[in-house]
Amino acid sequence: MTGDGDRRAARERARKARSRRGQAIAVISSIVVLGGLGTAILTSSGWPDVRETFFSAESFRTTFPDILRGFWLDIKMFMAVEVIVLIVGLLIAVVRTSRNPALFPIRLLAAAYCDFFRGVPVILLVYLVGFGLPALNLSGIPSDPIILACLALSLAYSAYVAEVYRAGIKSIHPSQVDAALATGLTRIQTLRHVVLPQAIRRVRPPLLNDFISLQKDVALVAMLGIAEAFRIAQIEALSSFNYTPLLAAASLYLLVTIPMARLLDRITDREEINS
Amino acid sequence: MNAATVLEITGVTKSFGDRQILKGIDLEVREHEAIALIGASGSGKSTLLRCVDLLVEIDDGDIFLDGKVITDPSVDPVAVRRKLGFVFQQFNLFPHMTVLENVVLGAVRAHGVPKKEAEERGRALLDRFGLGGREDDRPDQLSGGQQQRVALTRAFAGQPRVLLLDEVTSALDPELVGDVLETVRELKQEGMTMILATHEMSFAREVADSIAFLHEGRIIEQGDPEQVLTDPGQPETRQFLRRLLAAGRI
Repeated sequence: MTGDGDRRAARERARKARSRRGQAIAVISSIVVLGGLGTAILTSSGWPDVRETFFSAESFRTTFPDILRGFWLDIKMFMAVEVIVLIVGLLIAVVRTSRNPALFPIRLLAAAYCDFFRGVPVILLVYLVGFGLPALNLSGIPSDPIILACLALSLAYSAYVAEVYRAGIKSIHPSQVDAALATGLTRIQTLRHVVLPQAIRRVRPPLLNDFISLQKDVALVAMLGIAEAFRIAQIEALSSFNYTPLLAAASLYLLVTIPMARLLDRITDREEINS
Repeated sequence: MNAATVLEITGVTKSFGDRQILKGIDLEVREHEAIALIGASGSGKSTLLRCVDLLVEIDDGDIFLDGKVITDPSVDPVAVRRKLGFVFQQFNLFPHMTVLENVVLGAVRAHGVPKKEAEERGRALLDRFGLGGREDDRPDQLSGGQQQRVALTRAFAGQPRVLLLDEVTSALDPELVGDVLETVRELKQEGMTMILATHEMSFAREVADSIAFLHEGRIIEQGDPEQVLTDPGQPETRQFLRRLLAAGRI
């Protein structure tokens, strides 16, 4: 039995060698790829001009505070729309998955709503709601472009999110409903305590994915002349013939969306481990 | 035995599409009585139990609980289900809830018991069925046998008039069957009225007061367990038992 210890040590050595070799390959290939790309860009004949137009430290210093203030408006709109979408989307999904015959007309409307607002480009909706609604001259329709912009985004994203919720609800096995009914729950209690908690947990990744999209689509409201980050950056860029402000705005969006994407990864990984 | 009739099934039929699963079922269950439903897969055992719990709507016939019809369209099915308990073959525990939450959900939401009181009772019940200490676990942390015992506790916690058990050991590994049957035995000793669809013949013989043999949607034989299992009157029953014997299931 003396061979056993030796063999185990040999395996251990081989495993360590493999892992060292893997790390070395990763480092070398990273240097080659990233270094190559960097060198290609930095040594290109146009780089000095590009650096001046897109990466001007001077322009960044003077415009960043304004853009940041504008970005605060983006965040506020994002949060407001997010809350609306989470609630409205859930209501639509519940209506669409219910089998109550009294809800049939509402179910039909909900289906038409989802088809329409999922199919129309968000930028078109922003235009239609932002300029079209006030042009109707109806009393009671808000004229504040910020509110109209939030309305347009809510309309579009409620349709996306409703479909995500609906997929989650439909993924819950009917035996769960049987068990809830057999326990003495009503249909509504079954939805509230058994179906929805499981459905929502299951669709957290695609929901978060839609919120990342929403966070950057907020920039579309610039079309209505609202002074949010992208709009301010655009004005600064056009007046100074320097695009650095646009990159400054882009970095702010990334600052929010990248952590959200990492959070999404973590949730997805955890779900995979659990299942 | 002259106890009052708790559940009475008369002339119940049920079809799915053009396949008739139940072809006229008559069955009477008295207080504290346990009736074992035996029969081949597809003979209609599960469907019958689901009809009683109004999870499936019957086509024809009537079912009475404590003398009142429950299959009339004007009857609120929720109120009926609150008087019955159902245990599923696949347990069907709520995976997003703890063991204790599973057990008290019905008491709190369906029976309006204050949460604290329901939890106290739930803990006591879990303790009694050998699940003490597992209150805060999720169902997927338990073995199949433990999950089914939680499901039994959940159904029993609703203080049902009749407990409907749908092949509660069929999804379990053989070594886990014993514990679940022990729990059913305890419920029977408690005086629980029950109908149990089962493939466990020796258990049916021991615990049931009567065995009903279901064949192609009809109860073609019912009687004392000893008699039905050892000296069946119908050729179909004899054939069914011979097959089980050949498969080593008796």
